[in-house]
Amino acid sequence: MTWLLAAEEGGSNVLRIPLFEFFIGLAAFFIVFGVLAKFALPVIKKTLEDRADAIEGGIKRAEEAQAEAQRTLEQYQEQMAAARAEVAEIRQQTEAERATVMEEARKAAEVQAAQIAANATSQIEAEKAKALAELRKSMGGVATDLAGRIVGESMTDDARAAGVVDRFISELEQAAPNGGQN
Amino acid sequence: MLGAVVPMAEIEPGCHLGNDFGCGFPAPDASIFEIEPYFGSFTKPVFLLLLGSLIIIIFFLAAFRNSKLIPGKLQSVGEMGYLFIRDGISREVIGKDGDRFVPLLFTLFFFVWIGNLWGIIPGAQFPVNSRFAFPVGLAITVWLIYMYLGMRHQGPIKFFTNMMFPPGMPKAIYVILAPIELISNVIVRPVTLSIRLFANMFAGHLLLTVFTVATFYLASLSLVGILGSATSFLMTIIFTAFEALIQALQAYIFTLLTAVYIAGSLHAEH
Repeated sequence: MTWLLAAEEGGSNVLRIPLFEFFIGLAAFFIVFGVLAKFALPVIKKTLEDRADAIEGGIKRAEEAQAEAQRTLEQYQEQMAAARAEVAEIRQQTEAERATVMEEARKAAEVQAAQIAANATSQIEAEKAKALAELRKSMGGVATDLAGRIVGESMTDDARAAGVVDRFISELEQAAPNGGQN
Repeated sequence: MLGAVVPMAEIEPGCHLGNDFGCGFPAPDASIFEIEPYFGSFTKPVFLLLLGSLIIIIFFLAAFRNSKLIPGKLQSVGEMGYLFIRDGISREVIGKDGDRFVPLLFTLFFFVWIGNLWGIIPGAQFPVNSRFAFPVGLAITVWLIYMYLGMRHQGPIKFFTNMMFPPGMPKAIYVILAPIELISNVIVRPVTLSIRLFANMFAGHLLLTVFTVATFYLASLSLVGILGSATSFLMTIIFTAFEALIQALQAYIFTLLTAVYIAGSLHAEH
């Protein structure tokens, strides 16, 4: 309250506005404003913008690199899967081929074996037939000679002789089982 | 004891409690704000004002002139100030299109703050803005910008009608509301803006002076003298810290209100 009283008494009035102070205050303010607005603040504004750009750019670059890495990984995994599938296919194919080859070999061997067996059988049959024929022939000769000598009858007449021999042999063959049983 | 008011200029040296002079407590009064000019009209507050302006210019030129993407210490400190104004005040109150007012708000804040800060700087110890002429000059500047922007963005008449007739009120209310709104926006705003700053600095300085004078006045070799003087000294310290807070706060409020007024002039308040 004292300062108001003092003012009334003609002393100092703090609400007085000395023009010199008023204008020098404004001048100082506008000079500071002018200098800062022209020389200092645009610079820092630009720096802050550049920094934001740099940071955003950095983040963007990192994201790109990450995406690239992800793509490469996917590619690699794809290739791996393809390679695995290929390997499996090849293995399967090989297995099938092996089975076929074995089957074919087995069949060929069987056929060969059968053929060998058949050849052997027919050869044996032929040999047997030949042996039998020779035996019959020589035995017939011997027997007729012998019978001729015994009977004194010429058995050289081939047709009769052959008929006699054949009869004899068939009698023998019929008798053989009986004789075998006795 | 406190009733006896003696202008500071008339305090006799050695005036202490309980000595033979019989002088009362020399309570500081408004005369402590009237300082003899060094020369012409260059008083202490004018000198401090110019010195403060110089410091702001030199500091921010040094901090920002060669700014780098990776800031040095000085630039970091400057950037904190810049971002405080841009993000904390301008973008918060006006929005992104308030960026063009950042230089104005930035200058206002630091100009007011350093003017206040002189109040607790040892050797200076005088808040420039306790001289009414300075806050008045700033408030008039802000008011002119407010009026200009309002009339430009909303139209010379629309600006005032928007301000006087906020939508969503019963028609009868406008009879009372319209003049109140007009007075409060056009007259009260600049007046309170200047007086708030001035009065805070004035009162703060007076308070600090009272306790400082009391520290000396009470100092004597007696129980009352020692206790009283020590208490006054402690209060001086406490209020100095308190003043530091008030000084920054008042600079902030001044700048914030300017931003609020600008925001109100750009778009009609709803």
